Amino acid sequence: MNPDPVHAAVERVARASYGRLVAFLARRTGDVQAAEDAIAEAFAAALRTWPRDGVPDKPEAWLLRAAHNRFIDASRRDSVRDAALPELARIAQSAISMAETNETFPDERLAMLFACAHPALDAGVHTPLMLQAVMGLDAGTIAIAFLVAPSAMSQRLVRAKQKLRQTGIRIEVPDADELGGRLEAVLSAIYAAYTARYNDAGSLDPIAGGIGLEAIELARLMGEWMPQEPETLGLLALLLYCEARSRARRGVSGEYVPLDAQDTTRWDRSMIGEAEELLTRAARSATAGRFQLEAALQSAHVHARLHGEIDHEAVLRLYAILLETAPSVGAAVGHSTAIAAAHGPAAGLRALDSVGSECDSYQPAWALRADLLRQLGRHAEAATAYNRAAGLSDDPAVRQFLLARAATCGSSSR
Amino acid sequence: MQYAVIVYETDRDLDQRSNPATAQQYMAAYIAYSKALSDAGIARGGAGLLPPSTATTVRLRDGKRHVQDGPFADTKERLGGFFLIEVPDLDTALAWAAKCPSASSGSVEVRPLLPPPPR
Repeated sequence: MNPDPVHAAVERVARASYGRLVAFLARRTGDVQAAEDAIAEAFAAALRTWPRDGVPDKPEAWLLRAAHNRFIDASRRDSVRDAALPELARIAQSAISMAETNETFPDERLAMLFACAHPALDAGVHTPLMLQAVMGLDAGTIAIAFLVAPSAMSQRLVRAKQKLRQTGIRIEVPDADELGGRLEAVLSAIYAAYTARYNDAGSLDPIAGGIGLEAIELARLMGEWMPQEPETLGLLALLLYCEARSRARRGVSGEYVPLDAQDTTRWDRSMIGEAEELLTRAARSATAGRFQLEAALQSAHVHARLHGEIDHEAVLRLYAILLETAPSVGAAVGHSTAIAAAHGPAAGLRALDSVGSECDSYQPAWALRADLLRQLGRHAEAATAYNRAAGLSDDPAVRQFLLARAATCGSSSR
Repeated sequence: MQYAVIVYETDRDLDQRSNPATAQQYMAAYIAYSKALSDAGIARGGAGLLPPSTATTVRLRDGKRHVQDGPFADTKERLGGFFLIEVPDLDTALAWAAKCPSASSGSVEVRPLLPPPPR
């Protein structure tokens, strides 16, 4: 993923074409791996040459033509593993004529996303599989984003695709009666792609940061393909709220800046505006799912910083529903923060104490505990908690920030 | 599974940790990290090493003994110490390795421990 905007835009077109082709071929053969292999070289050539020569008129036709020899090779082979390949070659022929003539190549990436997040596959492989089969990212890049050994990531992806093929999972959008749960899996996997970069690499890492943008792109596509599903809009709104503020998380010399000290002029207002609009559209539906709730909470925080007012009761209500709908350590810690804001640090600390041992190694929980202890004047305990949070941080800027706070508290407790 | 989380520091890291003006700040990050490992109940051992300039290397070749001042190999990043941790799998070990302060300046290598020999 190239940081240059023109290059990045070209790459986006190439990845979209790649995703459409893999989906088209895999849907008809049931073999994602064979579809990927068939156009891998052509895709690599596109990534090399399109930024220099410009995007061709019919990108899918270009890729299929470039992959043509590969299809001929494939149709000559007859090993057991390659049983699907002659069929692939035949389907590719019809795809070529379609790509040459049609205005737009059929887009079946939505069906592919549902297959990637199929319940028969381990939930941990949903997101990596989407990033590979739909967005065309290589296993090495995905391994970096998820902080997994590259060889292990390749293996997991290969096994997942084998399972899709061997169990004969159809690559299709599920029927209305099973759509709910299946859609949630797709949206959760997209969300996991976005959050991977904060958990593991820090927002300064260009590769992990790029994965965040891929996640927003996927959420945007979901919003276009399934606008009638409020949670797709909720997810996109949530990601935009986070992304709009990501630049302000760092100061001029790369130091960490917490939310309450961020320079709001560095927030991307057009992104926030888009998120607000999406949230309003989503709210027309009667049900409020996890992503709408989380987006609504982000909206309240943004509003509080921009207009200096916050409806504490409304925030607490949103957290109560969120904890009921989709309980998580993150939501429980966020709830404690909201209680502290509404009813003071002592109440917040009591709430945090009740979360339990699952946040023992959860960095934000220790950072919050430290802040609350400091507000209560319990400086020695605050210093210990800041140190604990620092030891759990994988972002050097955040670690420095927490260690500095610990030092301040340590000196005022003496 | 037990893993060694092996820390390689750059010369700049080593300077910071030897220099009295910066040592406290440098070590504070390591103290916090090693406390986080033990509070999580996964710490099984480890040690920090004095700088490579304090090393002496011994070799026996063809019956001849060689003794040399300094580390066995001159590398850009130098072995600074290691942690032994016990975690369920490599993914978890890598997540902890990423929290090691030297991950952002030097390198942190994760290797499974050889199983103990049969008795």
